[in-house]
Amino acid sequence: MSNYDKSMALTGQPPKSLSLNQKFATVLGMIGMGILLLASLNVSFPNKTLWLTVSLLAISLGTIWFSWDAYSKKLPGIKNDGVWFKSISSRGLWGWMAGLALTGFYIILYFYPEYLGQVNGGENKGVIALFDPLSKLLSGNPASQWFVYGTLYTVAILIFGVKFLWKYRHNRYERLRTFSVMFFQLAFAFIIPEVMARLNGHKILNGGSLPYYDLKSVWPLNYYNFEGYRIKGFLSSGDIGFALLIFGILSIFVITPILTYKYGKRWYCSWVCGCGGLAETAGDAFRQLSDKSVSAWKIERWVVHSVVVFVTLMTTAVVYSYLGTDTSKYWLTKSTFLIGVAVLLTFVFGWVMLFKRDQLQKDAQYGAIGYFVIIMALIGFHFFSDGGHVFLFKSETLRKTYSFLIGSIFSGVIGTGFYPIFGSRVWCRFGCPMAAILGFQQRLFSRFRITTNGGQCISCGNCSTYCEMGIDVRAYAQKGENIVRASCVGCGICSAVCPRGVLKLENGPLEGRIDSNQILLGNDVDLMSLVNQK
Amino acid sequence: MEHIVIIGNGIAGVTAARHIRKLSDKKITIISSETQYFFSRTALMYVYMGHMKFEHTQPYENHFWKKNRIDLIQGFVTQVSTGDKKVLLEDGQAIPYDRLIIATGSKPNKFGWPGQDLDGVQGLYSKQDLDLLEKNAPNNTVCQRAVIVGGGLIGIELAEMLRTRDIPVTFLVRENSFWNGVLPSGESQMINEHILEHHIDLRLNASLKEILADENGRVKSVVVAETGEEIPCNLVGLTAGVTPNIDFLKDSGIELGRGVKVNRFLETNIADVYAIGDCAEQHEAIGNRRPVEAVWYTGRMMGETLAQTICGNKMEYRPGHWFNSAKFLDIEYQTYGWIFPEKKKKENEVHFHWRHAKEKKCITIAFDQESKQLLGINTFGIRLRHQVIDQWLKEKRDIDFVIAHLADANFDPEFYRTYEPEVIFKFNTDFGKSIKLKKKSLKRIFQLG
Repeated sequence: MSNYDKSMALTGQPPKSLSLNQKFATVLGMIGMGILLLASLNVSFPNKTLWLTVSLLAISLGTIWFSWDAYSKKLPGIKNDGVWFKSISSRGLWGWMAGLALTGFYIILYFYPEYLGQVNGGENKGVIALFDPLSKLLSGNPASQWFVYGTLYTVAILIFGVKFLWKYRHNRYERLRTFSVMFFQLAFAFIIPEVMARLNGHKILNGGSLPYYDLKSVWPLNYYNFEGYRIKGFLSSGDIGFALLIFGILSIFVITPILTYKYGKRWYCSWVCGCGGLAETAGDAFRQLSDKSVSAWKIERWVVHSVVVFVTLMTTAVVYSYLGTDTSKYWLTKSTFLIGVAVLLTFVFGWVMLFKRDQLQKDAQYGAIGYFVIIMALIGFHFFSDGGHVFLFKSETLRKTYSFLIGSIFSGVIGTGFYPIFGSRVWCRFGCPMAAILGFQQRLFSRFRITTNGGQCISCGNCSTYCEMGIDVRAYAQKGENIVRASCVGCGICSAVCPRGVLKLENGPLEGRIDSNQILLGNDVDLMSLVNQK
Repeated sequence: MEHIVIIGNGIAGVTAARHIRKLSDKKITIISSETQYFFSRTALMYVYMGHMKFEHTQPYENHFWKKNRIDLIQGFVTQVSTGDKKVLLEDGQAIPYDRLIIATGSKPNKFGWPGQDLDGVQGLYSKQDLDLLEKNAPNNTVCQRAVIVGGGLIGIELAEMLRTRDIPVTFLVRENSFWNGVLPSGESQMINEHILEHHIDLRLNASLKEILADENGRVKSVVVAETGEEIPCNLVGLTAGVTPNIDFLKDSGIELGRGVKVNRFLETNIADVYAIGDCAEQHEAIGNRRPVEAVWYTGRMMGETLAQTICGNKMEYRPGHWFNSAKFLDIEYQTYGWIFPEKKKKENEVHFHWRHAKEKKCITIAFDQESKQLLGINTFGIRLRHQVIDQWLKEKRDIDFVIAHLADANFDPEFYRTYEPEVIFKFNTDFGKSIKLKKKSLKRIFQLG
C-alpha cells in the first residue's frame, strides 16, 4: 500500500543511515567476528587466551559503542525512528542476509560441529579450541561446541541487554526485567552449571557426576531433563543430586503454577528464560516483524499445542522405557507411572472442562478434547502392546525425532535463525511447550492481565506493531477490553510504545479480569450500560 | 432492506457502521475518496517517522469489511441530492440511500495568507497530506528548513516528525506560550522548554505574514508578521487548527454553519440525514464542550450513539465527562474533566499545580473554591486511570479526597517511581492542609465488594 518507504532506500534520510561513530563501531564488532571466523577456518592463533579476549571484547565494545551512539544523545522516550526504513529491521537485504547467516550458523552448530573444530576423542581445533582457555577456567574441561554457543549466547544477551537498557532508560519495568534476564543468563545458564561441573567426582556428590543443569530451565523446555542418563546422574550424586531432581519436579508442579497464578507467565518468559532473554535483547530490533493476522493466530494455537502433546508423549515414553516392572524393587513401575500420567491429565482436563470451559474459545475446546482423547488412547495402547514398544512407537525414536525437529530445527534454526524474517519470538509463540502450558494457565487461572484504560485508545497500532508475540493488542484496546491472552509474555512493550497511556500490565483480582465493553468509557452512561447488558 | 450510506471512513463513520451492523441487518455502504480502508488518522505521524508502515495504521484486516457486509466505495462525493435521496460521485455514479450519515471530518485551516497555496505549503490531516510530506520533506537535503505555523497538537506532531529526519524546524506560535489557550501556564511553560530541548526553533508571539515564492512557484521563505523577519525554508506546515470538510454540501439544502448543523440526536434539518464526528456542529454546545468537537473520541462516541438511533432506539448524544490525551514529543498528556488556562477560567476555579524538580512531569488539578469539588485534572508524564477519575467526577468528589487517593488513580507501568508523596506535600503546603496519602487499594480500583 505504501511503497514510498521502499523507494526512498537510496535517499539516505537520517533515520536509516549510520553515523560515523556507528560505522567505526560496526567495523570494531566485525573485527571481533572476523577473529572467530578465521579461527573456524583453522587459522591458528598462538595465544588463544589473548585472541579470544580480543575477539569478545571487540564484539562487545562494538555493539555497546553502536548503541551508545544511537541512544545516549537522544532524550529518553520511545525512539523507533526509522525502524521500517532500515533494511535490517524491515526484512530488507540486510535482514535476509542476517537471517541466512544465523540460520547457517545454527545448522553447522547442530549438525556439522566438526566445521567448528569439534574433534571426537581428540584435541579441539578451530574456533572451539579458541574457547578452550575460558572453558578450562570455568569448568576445568576443554570447550565443546555447546560451550562456544553458550558463551556467545550469554555475550549476546549481555551486550544487547545494555543496548535495551539504554533504549528504555525511561521505563523501570523494562530496565528491571532486562537486568533480570541478564543475571539469570549469566549466572544460572552459564556460570553455575560450568562451575558445578567441577564438583563431578567429588566426595560431596558421593563421587557421582551431575548432568549439566541450568536450574531455571524447566521441563518441558528442557525436554531432556528426565532422560535415563540424567536421572542416573542425579541419583548417583548424593543428597545434592537428589535435591536437584526434586527441584526439577517441584519446578513443574509447584513453583511454576504458583508464580504464574500470581504474576502471569511473564515471570518466566520475559524475566528469567534464556530464549526469552535472547529474544528481548538481541531480538529486540526484530519484534515488529511478527505476524498479527488472525490466520497466524490460528496456526499458532494448533502448532504450539501439538508440541505440548508431542513432548508429553515423548517424555512419558522415555521415562516409561527405563522404569522397571517389579513393585518390590521400586514403587514407581511402568504401570504405576502410566496410570499416574493418565490420572494427572484427566484431573487437569476435567477441572478445565468443569470450571473454565466458558473462557475457552470453541476451537480451543475441540482441540483440548481431541488431544486429551488421543493421549488417553495412546496410553491405553500400552496395556495391549508388548513391553518392548511404548505406545505405537519406540521411545528412542520419539526422543530422537523430538530432539531433531523441536529441540534443534524449531528452537534454533527457525526460532533464532529467522529473527530478522519472522520476528524475535517465533519459537516462543509457535514452538515452546513450556510457554504453551504457562499460557494455558495464564488464560484460565492467573491474576495477570493488561488493563485497557477506559476510552483513551486512538487505534494507532503501535501496540500491535511492536508485539513480538503477534497479538493484535489494538483489537482489544480499541474495544475497551482487557488483554488476557495465553501467548502474552508480558514484555511490557505495548504499554511502553502506547502514545496515550492506554495499557498497563498488572496483577489483580480474577473477578472482572476478562471484560468486553463494546461501548468505551466516555459516552452517555445510559448508553454504556444498555449495550453492556447484552 | 434499508440502505445506510455513510460518507467518510474515519473513526466516526466506521464506528457508526460497525455498531449498525451489530444491531441490525441493514445494507451499509461507506464512501471515501481518501483511502480504500479505514486507518487511524492519529497514527499518520508514525508512518513518516518509520515507527509503522501505513498498513499497520489500519485497525481491521482487509477481509473484515466483506465478512461484516460493509460495502466500501472509493470515490469522491460531489453532491448530495436530498430530494430524491441520492449521493452523486465524481465519476458520475449515483448512489441511492434511505438514510445518510455525513462523517467527512475536517480539513486544515487556511486564513487567506498570501502564498498559502504555493508548492511546498501543506497541512497535515489526510493520507494525501502524508504522501505530499514525503515528497516535500523526504530528508534534510531536499528540505533544509521547515517552518510550522500554528502552535497546537498537529503543529508539535509535525515538528516531531521532521526532527526524526534531522530537518531544522522553526515553529511559529502566535501565543506568548505554547497552547496556552488550552493549558494552564505552568504546563504550557514546561512544554516550551521541552520543545527547545528537542532543538526546535520555537518562536513565541510570532505569526505568519506571508509566504514568498521562488521563480518556480515553490515556497522560498516566510515572513513573520511581528518582526518582519524573513525565514528561508523549503516547507511550510499550516497547522493552525482544522475546519469541517463540508464544501460539497453547499447546495444540498442541509443547514450549514461552520459545520453541518445537528440537534442533540445528530439529525440535520433534512429528514434521514445525520452528521457525526469532526464535521458536525451542535446548535448549542453541550456543557463546556465546543459546538464542533474535532477529537477522535467524540467522533467515536457520536458513531456509537447514532447507531442506536438508526437501529430504532432513538438516542441523544450525551457524552459523559470530557477527556482527551496527546503526546508532546516525549511527554504524554492526559486530561479529564475541565481545567481552563488562567485567562479563561472562572473565578471559582482554583488550581493546584505540582511539577517535578528535574523531570518533565507535572500535575494540575482544578477544583471549585466553594464546594471544593473536583473540576478537572491534567497530567504530563504521568498516566492516570480513566475509570477512577471518571468515577470521582461522577461522584463529585472533593479535592481532599482526590489528593488522598491519588495512588488509586496512577496508571504508570509497574515499578515506576511514584510522585504522590511529593504531590501531597506540595498540596498541604500550598493550602495549609495535612492530608495523608491512602495506600493504593486494588479493592477500590476494581470496585470490588
